Amino acid sequence: MADSILTVKDLSVYYGVIQALKGISFHVDKGEIVALIGANGAGKTTTLHTLSGLINADKGEIDYKGFDLTKIPGHKIVSFGMAQVPEGRRVFAEMTVLQNLKMGAFTRKDKAEMEGTLQTIYKRFPRLEERKNQLAGTLSGGEQQMLAMGRALMSHPDLILMDEPSMGLSPIFVNEIFSIIEDVNKDGVTVLLVEQNAKKALSIANRAYVLETGSIIKEGDAKELLNDEDIKKAYLGE
Amino acid sequence: MSFLTYLINGLSLGSIYAIIALGYTMVYGIAKMLNFAHGDFIMVGCYIIFSVSAAMSGNSVVGIIVAIILCTLLGVTTEFVAYRPLRGAASPLAVLITAIGVSYLLENIALLIYGADIKSFSSVISWEGLSFADGQLKIQGVTIITILVSVVILIALQLFINKTKQGQAMLAASEDKGAATLMGINVNRTIALTFAIGSALAAIAGALLCSAYPSLSPYTGAMPGIKAFVAAVLGGIGSIPGAMIGGLVLGIVEILSKTYISSQLSDAIVFGILVVVLLVKPTGILGKVIQEKV
Repeated sequence: MADSILTVKDLSVYYGVIQALKGISFHVDKGEIVALIGANGAGKTTTLHTLSGLINADKGEIDYKGFDLTKIPGHKIVSFGMAQVPEGRRVFAEMTVLQNLKMGAFTRKDKAEMEGTLQTIYKRFPRLEERKNQLAGTLSGGEQQMLAMGRALMSHPDLILMDEPSMGLSPIFVNEIFSIIEDVNKDGVTVLLVEQNAKKALSIANRAYVLETGSIIKEGDAKELLNDEDIKKAYLGE
Repeated sequence: MSFLTYLINGLSLGSIYAIIALGYTMVYGIAKMLNFAHGDFIMVGCYIIFSVSAAMSGNSVVGIIVAIILCTLLGVTTEFVAYRPLRGAASPLAVLITAIGVSYLLENIALLIYGADIKSFSSVISWEGLSFADGQLKIQGVTIITILVSVVILIALQLFINKTKQGQAMLAASEDKGAATLMGINVNRTIALTFAIGSALAAIAGALLCSAYPSLSPYTGAMPGIKAFVAAVLGGIGSIPGAMIGGLVLGIVEILSKTYISSQLSDAIVFGILVVVLLVKPTGILGKVIQEKV
């Protein structure tokens, strides 16, 4: 393992009696884009929620930069350098774009550098600067996705978890979002990407894991998985 | 002239309802629960002022400060002991019933300590007030102070919520607790802070209420509590300016209907208005229409 930033071992999560994650193990290396693909209900979102501490793990380890995240409460995780862009954007609709972005930097104390981060985000998403005083609830779906990404980037993360960033967006926005993910990664942020749009996800990822009903059934180089016959049939619609 | 006097009295009573309603609405906004014991926090505040003032030979300033501190502690403790363990319970009714339980508990503790007889509360405001137009229009000191205090509280709350990090965290947590957690906001602590603010406001409302209507019993807080709840719903529950407007409308309607229609019917009129408003606009005056955006 070259330079692992996140190592998950034998992670299990139960919802009551239903086991949502059945002892999955995977790792993300520094600088990578790793995709986690799978159908609805496979456990992708559960995985990300467990990493971010929104759900408690029932078994297993989450090693992030040497810290065991299963023992850290959810609200402290962002200050360890891990941020999440949640499924469905979940922007704060009644707050302005700027207020949303500032919430992303809630745990940061370095005011001057924060302003710098804000400017970088405005440069990446000029539309957010144009609409900074607008309520987030009035933005279009694509703009809300950008806001959710900008908000996560405000914490200046080393690892960013993205849950279905292309969901419900028009094809133009989907392409834009994926090229932004690549740009963010080029700037040194490691990305763990959960997607139903497997083709798109695999085309920008370095490696990928395939999740099916709570277990990882396949893993490997993303380009190889793109040409894998089983994957093609099950997830790429070919 | 007399109409003006009644209007101002209504405004003053409405200000008290508004201060109580602010506590109701803030707690509802973030914890999504109705704290039916909120009215009894007022009563606890009044008894504390009553006891401390008696011990300090009539110095009510210390009494008010002690009441604010103890009510804040009471609110935070109640939340921690009685409500927090039920957050995420299978049914939202569990916490509602607990709140009713807390309400009865507080009333009965007061009954145990102070007995059922009505205590006469000496006003915390000694100022006589102002008189205009050769004494034809008299406004009592407590009336003026009550209105001023509620305005100051409203402005302070708006500044707190819009200008401070903790206030913004409160707003974020009331919208989406999961997303707020992802931002690094400690949601449990934010809810506790909301209870602290709401309960401190209840103590202040208690001081003003008992100064204007100086009889104190274990059930002093119950009716104003329910009326403030009505005010919060009328204004749009969860909305801070809504609680203010709802409170003022309720107070003015109550005083005017007591004066011009019938003092027996005034409560019926107040609650009748609630029914009508909810039929016409179920979200209340300033309530938000929840939009689902896909």
